[in-house]
Amino acid sequence: MTYEYLDHEADVGIRASGATLEEAIADGARAMFGVMTDINRVGRSVEVPIRCQADDPAALFVECLNELLFQSDVRHLLFADFQVTRLAHTGAGYTLEGVARGEPLDATKHDLWTEVKAATYAGLRYDVEDGRHTLQCVLDV
Amino acid sequence: MGKTIQVTDELRVVQVEPYIWEIPPYGEMRVPGRIYGDRATVEHLVADVKAGKSWNALLQIVNVACLPGIQKASLAMADVHPGYGFPIGGVGAFDFDEGVISMAGVGYDINCGVRTMSTNLTRDEIEPKKEDLANALYCTVPAGLGSTGAIRLNLKEVDKVLEKGAEFSVERGYGFPEDLEYIEERGRIAGADPGAVSMKAKKRQFKQIGTLGSGNHYLEVQWVEKIYAPDVADAYGLFPNQILISIHCGSRGLGHQIGTDYLKVLEAASRKYNIPIRERELVCAPIDSPEGRQYLAAVNCGINCAFANRQAIAHLTRQAFHDALGVRPQEIVTLYEIGHNTAKVEEHEVDGQIKKLVVHRKGATRAFGPGRKEVPAAYREVGQPVLVGGTMGTCSFILHGTKRAMEETFGSALHGAGRTLSRRQAKKRFWSGDVIAALAEQGIVVRAHSKSGVAEEAPGAYKDVEEVVEIMHNAGIIRKVARLRPLICIKG
Repeated sequence: MTYEYLDHEADVGIRASGATLEEAIADGARAMFGVMTDINRVGRSVEVPIRCQADDPAALFVECLNELLFQSDVRHLLFADFQVTRLAHTGAGYTLEGVARGEPLDATKHDLWTEVKAATYAGLRYDVEDGRHTLQCVLDV
Repeated sequence: MGKTIQVTDELRVVQVEPYIWEIPPYGEMRVPGRIYGDRATVEHLVADVKAGKSWNALLQIVNVACLPGIQKASLAMADVHPGYGFPIGGVGAFDFDEGVISMAGVGYDINCGVRTMSTNLTRDEIEPKKEDLANALYCTVPAGLGSTGAIRLNLKEVDKVLEKGAEFSVERGYGFPEDLEYIEERGRIAGADPGAVSMKAKKRQFKQIGTLGSGNHYLEVQWVEKIYAPDVADAYGLFPNQILISIHCGSRGLGHQIGTDYLKVLEAASRKYNIPIRERELVCAPIDSPEGRQYLAAVNCGINCAFANRQAIAHLTRQAFHDALGVRPQEIVTLYEIGHNTAKVEEHEVDGQIKKLVVHRKGATRAFGPGRKEVPAAYREVGQPVLVGGTMGTCSFILHGTKRAMEETFGSALHGAGRTLSRRQAKKRFWSGDVIAALAEQGIVVRAHSKSGVAEEAPGAYKDVEEVVEIMHNAGIIRKVARLRPLICIKG
């Protein structure tokens, strides 16, 4: 786990990183799950495929986070982990495929913290430095 | 007067009245920025810029002033703090034919707002029974992450919710037709097109109607501690020690998904129509474009969804009062309901002309003054109620809109206290157990579905609501009617 939370007055900022863009996105997803619940108490019995696309890596990050929020909401799951299985960059932009792992939300078992409304473009950044990929955005909670 | 604070080479803030500060236009600004605040308000905003904070409200006020078709000024209310694109506490009105509509001016919780209901009960009557009442409310009103509502909807029914708003809930037996008169737009805004809302958004609404959500959403049982304007209080049916109930929540997952869906649509539109936006979140489209019209139609759906939601929760609240205290549902009436994250088509006077505008209020409340046709007949002589929530354990206010608000802020005012600490800082500084114990000592019962949520919402993490209300009152934008204190707080 390498993600950190940033101070933003109304909401929550996340900064995620990894050796690859895929790892940074996955790190950011875990950061977001960590706002909603204690992910150490969430099992990984359910797998949900995630697919998204965007014009650039930063927008792809936000798109991916919002797709995870949608899936967790309609399936009534909490996610503990996310892995990117495929990331492609074509002339038309970026496409991503991945797998989110979690289990049905259970108020008696899970610590339910704050609902995340959306990942936003506020504070959006994507940097690559010394081989380290870093992504940053603000979550509306 | 005339105090000037030079922030950067180009950006300065000038005091033009005791509680009004202007940012004279520079660079791409089409209108000035205009901040309702005192010296401390402005210094806090300036400090963020000077500290190099990338998210800062002052620059967001400037960025909004650069958007095409903006009228008069990029406004900020006294509770202003950093948002995304628009500052929270921001108001931007745009010419309907030549201006833009921006997702940042509405946000992800479309028509988040407050419904306040009044009763014939007094604080003394409730005091001995407040634990029972708190339990009944906690059990009856679903709240918190992952909670689901009692009404399960199918796709066709979701479309009806989006078109009919609070009327849908009333038709389902949740509440009374009399409630509708005292909701903005009578609980059903025109121009909602369910075709503009994605399947994903609708799916999120299947189980969420009648749920409170979490974060800064709440349900409070309050009592009238002080009356400032007896005539207006009479018109609103208020009396000392009266028990009121306030519900603060929005359009839930559907609203969030509309925001997310249109972030992409409007980003593409910003490029297509060559609208230069100075922050990526400030995505927009010309109001007079297919994308702009579609987004407005979707916002109207979100607005109706929140109306339906609050109407359902109001009904559940009446049920809880009946279960715990034997109060008849008819004895709890709707005082008023407002929204504070909206974009609405309204007519306002600009430079002597009546213009059709889209008014964005992002963390800002409509505050129409006397004589406006949109205000219910019973209140029209005094102006609409403006419901401003404080944080847990402090106080809330009932205010009224004024003629001055119509002249200066497109009939807009503040919405609440505004945060000073991030949630992370709040969790470090406050522990939920201490906060709950401190409130209990003041006689306030807290029931929270989330343990950490209480620390995040600690009063110490917010500006003082009395201060920000005082500023807006002194500026004449709203006038105080009553101050309320909480007795019971239910949090998600």
